[in-house]
Formats: sequence, structure tokens, C-alpha cells
Amino acid sequence: MVNLANYKDLVIGDRVIKPGSSEEFKTGDWRSMLPVIDLDKCIDCLTCWIYCPDDCILVKDDKVVGIKKTHCKGCGICAKACPKKAITMVEGEE
Amino acid sequence: MTPAKHSDIAINGDCAVALAWRQIDPDVCAAYPITPQTIIVEKFAEYIANGEVKTEFVCVESEHSALTLCVTACSAGARTFTATASQGMAYMWEVLPIAASMRVPIIMAVANRAVSGPININNDHGDVMSARDTGWMSLFAENVQQAYDLSIIAPRIAEHHEVQLPCLMNLDGFILTHAIERMTPLDTHAVKKFVGEFKPLYPLLDVEHPVSHNLMDGPLFYFPHKYQTVKAMDKALEVTKQVFKEFQQISGREYNLVEEYMCDDASCIAIVLGSSFGTMKEAVDQLRREGMHVGVAMPRLYRPWPISDLAKVMKGKKSVIVMDRHLSIGSYGPMFPEVVAAALENEGEMPKMYNYIYGLGGADTMVSDFVSVYKDVKEGKAKRINYLGVRE
Repeated sequence: MVNLANYKDLVIGDRVIKPGSSEEFKTGDWRSMLPVIDLDKCIDCLTCWIYCPDDCILVKDDKVVGIKKTHCKGCGICAKACPKKAITMVEGEE
Repeated sequence: MTPAKHSDIAINGDCAVALAWRQIDPDVCAAYPITPQTIIVEKFAEYIANGEVKTEFVCVESEHSALTLCVTACSAGARTFTATASQGMAYMWEVLPIAASMRVPIIMAVANRAVSGPININNDHGDVMSARDTGWMSLFAENVQQAYDLSIIAPRIAEHHEVQLPCLMNLDGFILTHAIERMTPLDTHAVKKFVGEFKPLYPLLDVEHPVSHNLMDGPLFYFPHKYQTVKAMDKALEVTKQVFKEFQQISGREYNLVEEYMCDDASCIAIVLGSSFGTMKEAVDQLRREGMHVGVAMPRLYRPWPISDLAKVMKGKKSVIVMDRHLSIGSYGPMFPEVVAAALENEGEMPKMYNYIYGLGGADTMVSDFVSVYKDVKEGKAKRINYLGVRE
């Protein structure tokens, strides 16, 4: 959830005056579908990582380890792009 | 040392605005001519061609682009002026609330003109009233002198760090824009000193402190940001009073949130905007000679609406006549409900309220017409809403 500041504390004129605001803006709130990765099927080709518009595929040591739920909007591009069909979109998943 | 005396000049309202701009020398001016504003940008273009100002003068392809350019130039940190009227302002409408919500203190002269249709180029307040709720401040001039003075005053209010709102400077089309009147200009140095340097908040061109402007605002932030604008408008009333005082010190000319004429001992007063204030003063003079206790008042601003000052003027009056030079079709004139609401501040003392719609599309309204308005009210002939001069 975004920090709900008092109207007085908001920068006037709807301006963002410091960097990193997209990190604070948790777009995961919008999600109705969550990608679930079957790591047994995954060959770590990182195609999903390339395609994800929100940089939500978590990678450690060149290996896919999971999804960044705070920012994943559930668009399903990763599931479409996966050559091994290792990703399924699950409805209502937390 | 007393400031150097300046001799009076004969000038029309548009040229008076252009002269004020020349003395201020804004950074950017967007120009798209439309009658009756045309002379402002034409005259200002002349100053630029003669090298008298350093303003970046941009000839855009439409009013929509003109205001968009102003919004971006002002966001970048430039003091920005433009002018419009009628359909031009209507074409700008989409950008008007954006300018206000982005809190860019653009100054826009509006040569008030009827809005089509039917097509009409003459004066009424249809354009500015239709832009009422966009978040712009709105100042009204009664004569050419005031059009000049308010052009100098407007940036001081708009650019105040706690206001930061765009401002409309209204002058009645043709009645003020094209008629030549006597006027006392100020010394250019005095104007420059009074207006001072523009200190923009978070300008885009400040590369040391990068910022983003005009972002998407979801339901959690849209309302709070609008509320910030409400607070800025409240502040603007205070700031306006202060700036009027400072202006009086350099010019000797007094301005108030609500201008009054013979209101003190009047039992019936009228409330009017713009050049008709002068005509009504003449009507008041005539009626006073006949022994009628009448007066007239003009709110100097329509936004922010000077509620408490208006309430003060209406206190203890038997009747109040609201003169609207625009028609909110299917309702009263736009100013009438607002004056009634202001009268509610004087608890339990509601005067009898009458609304007169007059002068639409430049229909001539003479002293004798205004005299008849007061007389009709006195004799009980006035209805709640009256359409002055419509042939029935």
C-alpha cells in the first residue's frame, strides 16, 4: 500500500520531487491473477525475465527463484512467453 | 524622494495590457489572436520586433496549443503570459484545469466576449463564467487603467509561493479592449521592482534537482490535490489584499476585494462585474439626486470568491440586485446563487434578492437601463429573475 500522506504533506501540483517513486507505488494491488512458476520445468532461460514489463521475475545467481508480488500486475506475459510452459496464471492467489 | 510623475496617456485596453507586459518583460508569451484580444498580442509582437522586450514569443497554431505551451513553459520555470477570448478560451478548456492542478502561475488576459452560438463577437461574460470551476483565479477590470494595473498585480498574486495558481485578468471586450481612455502608466523600473523575479517551485529545467510533473493521480490522491488548490484559493484572498496595499504604495491607486460605491447608507445595492460598474455608478448618482438610497458594489475577484467581504457589504441591506452578464441556461445567472450564498453568512438577515440578466452578446446597457432596474425593485415590479431589455 502507498503511504497515504496528509494533503499538507503532498508536494503541491502533483509533482514527484525525488527518485524511486515507482518502487513505492505497489502495482501488485491491481492484480487478479498471479503467475506460479513450476521450478522443476524451468530451464532458467530468463525469457520471462526479459519480457516482464515490471521487472517482477526474481533471479538469483542466473536462476529464476520467484515472483515479486508487490509489483506484479498479473498481466500474464511471462506465462505466454515461457517456452517450457513452466508458468501458470492462478486466479485469486495472494 | 518622490517617484517621477508620469504624464497620462490615451490608450485602449488591449494596448494597456500589452504595455504592462512590456514593462514586466515576461520570459514566454504564447500568441494566438482572437477578437477582441487580437491587439494585445499584435502590440506585444511589435515590442518584440523592436527589441524592447526579451520575451520568447511563440506563434502557435491554436488556443489549445497556446495554453499547452504556457503550461510547459511555466513548468520549466518561465514567467508566462497569454491572452484569449470566447471560443478561444473554450478551445483551451481542456488545458485550463490542468494548468490549475499543476499549479503553474500563468497570467492570461481575457477580453471577455460572448461564446457562440449564435455567433457573436461582442462583450458578455460567457467565456470566463464557463471556465469558472477550472481552478483559475479571476480578476475583473472596470476600466482601461484597471486593466493595466491588474496586469501588473496579477503575477504578484499568482506567483506567491503559497498560491501558485494561474490567473485570468478580465477586461470587457470592445468596451475596454477597443475604447481609448485616459490612463496613468507607472515607471518601468517601478513595475519591474514591484513584480520582482519569478521564483518557480520545482522547475523542470533545474537539472540539479530532477522532478516529474503532472503524474497520474488515482482516487487516493486526486481529491487531496484538489483540496490543496482550495486552500491555495483561500490563501489567495489574503495575498491579494496584501498585494493591493503594496500596489497602492507605488501607484496611489486603491483596490479592494469588493469595491463599493455609495453602499454605506444604501438600503438597496446592486452587485456587478466589470465595466458596467462604472455605468451603474452613474445610475446611482442620478438616483441619489432623486433621493433614493442606492449603491453598487463590484467583487474585484470572481475566483477566489470574496465571501466575507461581500457579506459585509450586504449586511443590513433591504434588497440586493445581482447583475449577471451571463446566463446559466435553465438556472439563474451564475453570480446570483453565489451572492445569495454569501448573504447567508449574515445569519438571519437575508435581504430580498433579485437577479438581472443583462447585456448578453454585447446588448447595449445604458445608465437609464440601470436606473430602471433600481426603480423596478423599489416599486416591487422586479421578479426573482429578470431579463433586462429582452423584447417580449
